[in-house]
Amino acid sequence: MSESYILSILAFLPLAGAFLLLFMKSENVGLIRFWTLGVALANFVVSLPLLWLFDASNPGMQLQQKYAWISSLGISYHVGIDGISFWLVLLTTFLSVICIVSSWSVENKVREYMFFFLLLETGMIGALISLDVFLFYIFWEAMLIPMYFLIGVWGGKERIYAAVKFFIFTMVGSLLMLVAIMALYYININAGGDATFSILEWYKLPLAPSVQMIMFAAFALAFAIKVPMWPVHTWLPDAHTQAPTAGSVILAGVLLKMGTYGYLRFAMPLFPNAVEAATPFMMTLAVIGIIYGALVAMVQKDVKKLVAYSSVSHLGYVMLGIFALNPQGVVGGIYQSLNHGISTGALFLLVGVIYERRHTRMIEDFGGLSKSMPWYATVFMVVTMSSIGLPGLNGFVGEFLIMLGAYLASPVAAIFAASGVILAAGYMLWMYRRVFFGECDKEENQNLKDLTKLEWGYLLPMLVFVFWMGIYPGFFTAKMEPTVDAWLKQVDDKRIACSELVDENPIAMFFTEDVSPSE
Amino acid sequence: MLEYIWLIPFLPMVGAIINGLLNRRLSHAVVNTIACGSIFLSFLLSVGAFFALTRLEPAARFHEVNLFTWIAAGSTEITLGYLMDPLSAVMCLVVTGVGFLIHVYSVGYMHHDDGYARFFTYLNLFCFAMLTLVLGNSFLVLFVGWEGVGLCSYLLIGFWFSDMEKATAGMKAFVVNRIGDFGFLIAMFLIFQNFGTLNFREVMNAAPEVLIYGGFTVTAICVLLFVGATGKSAQIPLYVWLPDAMAGPTPVSALIHAATMVTAGVYMIGRCNIIFSMAPTAMATVATVGALTALFAGTIAVTQNDIKKVLAYSTVSQLGYMFISMGVGAYVAGIFHLMTHAFFKACLFLGSGSVIHGMHEEQDMRYMGNLRKYMPHTFITFLVATIAISGLPPLAGFFSKDEILWMAWSNGFKFQWALGFIAAGITAFYMFRLVFMTFYGKERINPEVHPHESPATMTVPLYILAGLSIVGGFVGIPAALGGLNHFHHWLAPVLDASSAHEAVKHAAMMVGDGGLAVTSALASGAEHAAAAGHAAAAGHHDLTEYVLMAASVGYAIFGIAVAFFLYNRRPEIPAKVADSAKGLYNLLYNKYYVDEIYGAVFVQGCVNLAVYLWKFWDVVVVDGFVNGLAKVVAMAGSVLARFQSGNVQAYAVSIMVGAVALIFLVAAF
Repeated sequence: MSESYILSILAFLPLAGAFLLLFMKSENVGLIRFWTLGVALANFVVSLPLLWLFDASNPGMQLQQKYAWISSLGISYHVGIDGISFWLVLLTTFLSVICIVSSWSVENKVREYMFFFLLLETGMIGALISLDVFLFYIFWEAMLIPMYFLIGVWGGKERIYAAVKFFIFTMVGSLLMLVAIMALYYININAGGDATFSILEWYKLPLAPSVQMIMFAAFALAFAIKVPMWPVHTWLPDAHTQAPTAGSVILAGVLLKMGTYGYLRFAMPLFPNAVEAATPFMMTLAVIGIIYGALVAMVQKDVKKLVAYSSVSHLGYVMLGIFALNPQGVVGGIYQSLNHGISTGALFLLVGVIYERRHTRMIEDFGGLSKSMPWYATVFMVVTMSSIGLPGLNGFVGEFLIMLGAYLASPVAAIFAASGVILAAGYMLWMYRRVFFGECDKEENQNLKDLTKLEWGYLLPMLVFVFWMGIYPGFFTAKMEPTVDAWLKQVDDKRIACSELVDENPIAMFFTEDVSPSE
Repeated sequence: MLEYIWLIPFLPMVGAIINGLLNRRLSHAVVNTIACGSIFLSFLLSVGAFFALTRLEPAARFHEVNLFTWIAAGSTEITLGYLMDPLSAVMCLVVTGVGFLIHVYSVGYMHHDDGYARFFTYLNLFCFAMLTLVLGNSFLVLFVGWEGVGLCSYLLIGFWFSDMEKATAGMKAFVVNRIGDFGFLIAMFLIFQNFGTLNFREVMNAAPEVLIYGGFTVTAICVLLFVGATGKSAQIPLYVWLPDAMAGPTPVSALIHAATMVTAGVYMIGRCNIIFSMAPTAMATVATVGALTALFAGTIAVTQNDIKKVLAYSTVSQLGYMFISMGVGAYVAGIFHLMTHAFFKACLFLGSGSVIHGMHEEQDMRYMGNLRKYMPHTFITFLVATIAISGLPPLAGFFSKDEILWMAWSNGFKFQWALGFIAAGITAFYMFRLVFMTFYGKERINPEVHPHESPATMTVPLYILAGLSIVGGFVGIPAALGGLNHFHHWLAPVLDASSAHEAVKHAAMMVGDGGLAVTSALASGAEHAAAAGHAAAAGHHDLTEYVLMAASVGYAIFGIAVAFFLYNRRPEIPAKVADSAKGLYNLLYNKYYVDEIYGAVFVQGCVNLAVYLWKFWDVVVVDGFVNGLAKVVAMAGSVLARFQSGNVQAYAVSIMVGAVALIFLVAAF
């Protein structure tokens, strides 16, 4: 099965490309840019066959590849995708190309910038396809480093503070998760299982609800920071505002989805009884995030920070959908995480366009841009509408399914969440009005150039998806649904199976029994 | 023929795409040929569909076309589909017919505007959305149109975006509408939860079995849907956006903010009449809010000096009548008034546009007067429409408004009738006040303004609409006046009170005595309507009906007479009245200060809360905690730095000690 190599190629082609970059002269900027674009583009092209290689009717893991890696510890190189990760992988390869194109204007340390970007792509795809928890953790951490540098080196004025904050927040969560991963590994062995980090094996591991609670807490915190959920979201506005444009795009587009993906792949199917107990709590946090993010977005003075806070609100919807634990909610949640990648990604790109021209992102510095940049204003309007969920554009489909799913699970949550619909219109349109409408009275704004060919080059593909995903979502949801149905069933079955298990102190377990894994 | 109904909304969309993408590259002639041509073809298709329906048996007059599955997940499957039935046929004819006339009118009105192609793009896009709204076969497809028209309204109100005030008005319209949408969304979730579908026909057919007559669920659904309607159709408490929406070009006010979009809420209730009939409390709410709005907006209109503002408040008031009608169970009468209102209000708005056009953008009636001398065509058509809205026979408004008031009275909604009746005379008064201030009396025109009549592209649509304002009511002449009431018969398959009544009675019987007890005098709208209908059919006309008819005509004439006296004979009196009742005058002139109150409470409240959350919670609490932690770590770090000896073995030991300590720590909990 030669096509089973495809996932590995996707993960390591950017890495290979990145290392070759190191052999290029750093002043040869043109070559470096085209090379990086070529690598990203090649990766995107390689990812396209997934569209037909991936069997939509098969709910399980596909295109799997498994090799023993550190066999003494049961660690393997094991990759594969299912309906949950499928579109996220494609979103990653797609957005990477968009980001490289939009980074054409980066002038400072181009080689290192491109190097980190390709490294980041490897990290993201690796994390999405890993079916071995150890492998996942390595990729998960590997994403952190390039992002740290992208913010810290190519960021704005407060970049160091933002980069460190980003790193520390994420690291705190990751370390707790690492402890939980270790614990699970030993619990699995003590339960008579093989020494393995295979997530597919771990799914079968019966855990007492009380054990689940502790493990879930560790995983959930790590992922909640990544999402980010309220109240651990405060790293995001800083990271977004300080990151370079492409960094923000990839951060919003893919990195945040690692959090929601983590819930779907790890935290929820591993610990369904804990999920059951925590659902009201998680839904509450999600709803607070929706309203809180929207309210705070409303009073931001910096467009980019406004978009960042709107992400908090949008990701709140995603979490709400996932925890609705019904097909509408979960499909809606996954769909919304793709949508968010497109609309918020596009918003960051658009903010980047104006920042390059004016070197400011303050709303008060603009006004009347519709006059000087009509096409830019039009594109911005379409993306704004997509972000506030206008039916016919991508944002609506996800939001509707999420709120419908949430309503079926908890009407109160859905009612509060639906108020976000009002607030979203408020903060986006208020910003839009101040930036684009009114008299174009500031001299600096009067002769701004409208969108260039290059900018059209990366905005147009985004617009195509804004419409496509809004008008014909079936193309996308058809590939998720079987997996989501199976996933829901798996979570539910395991919940029932585990609900009667005895409470045992999980940590004590592996001190009282033989913990040596090496036989 | 009916297979092609999807082309009705599709054609204007194609027009919008072409004009939108090619924009300035097209000449004006090409732009308006595409724009007007596409909507005219839609009109022809609507006419074709109408006749195709007439050839069917009344009970079989519906046709659904499903294009493709739009949203599917789990048990949810929503197809993008269109439904043609007598109700949507009427709405299609109104939207495409009036829409086409307004497109033609705009060719003249927008002639000099820079954004000519952009204007027609939006206008065509609006027609697409509005037709999707009236043709949608499910709540969600309706909602697509519902949001689409909201978008176009937003874009068109703020069409002249360089003016911040206009841009703000657009934003206000969108956000206020979203408050209504919130209700609509929740209603949809409730419907889906109970029915497992959002398709209109499936929901309405299943309603008597699924819902309990007068129960909490059906009441909640209907009230929430009505919340949506108050936003879109500008009723209390969400009417505030509509008067501001007059910032848009006048053809937009005529098409969107008078004839079509704002009636969407009325249409939606008509579409859902079966479930509304099962929720008497919701019905009473609808009727009461409608009646209050009719009177409230009417009183504001009396003091306004901006010609478009008067018409705007008049629209809010007239929409109130439509909701009275829906609320008392007189669904056909409501749709009837929706149609006649589309004719005469479009005529009035276009007439005012012609005045503004001829007066070089002057909108203040205090600087007009005696314009009939300069604009004879505008004047005569405007006068006809004014008579129609004032409710004088035999013009359209008389039949439709009188039917509403009569149904309110005869169905036992005496309070709502009284409010509506009072408002009727006020309507006649402020409308003729407008006519006298604008077209009669002394010329108060600024010397640099030279009024002129508008070109034929503008006056011909005016004449057509004026003609429709005269004859439009004849399709619904009530039996009491010897009419055949074709309109009722046509809409009967969808809106007939007696079929709704059957369903409701059936539902009431199923729940037994408890359910029947809910059927209070107030609630039995459908029963009364049916009874009235039977009485009328049998030829026993209630004497009251004639008395009320005469009273409202007399009252309207009285209103006109007062306006004539105050604004034509003795124009100095209004100022004195305003002076002597300064408090009341200012209250009305400033629209009861509702905008100011909303601004202070809701908008400022939200902003203050947001600033507090941001500055306190994000910055002080969360970041303060994290930064504080960082400081502690830094301090500890400077102490621990001494352990950094460079000895790898020492590090390994530390790591092990740490890991063990951590595990013990976790175990201890």
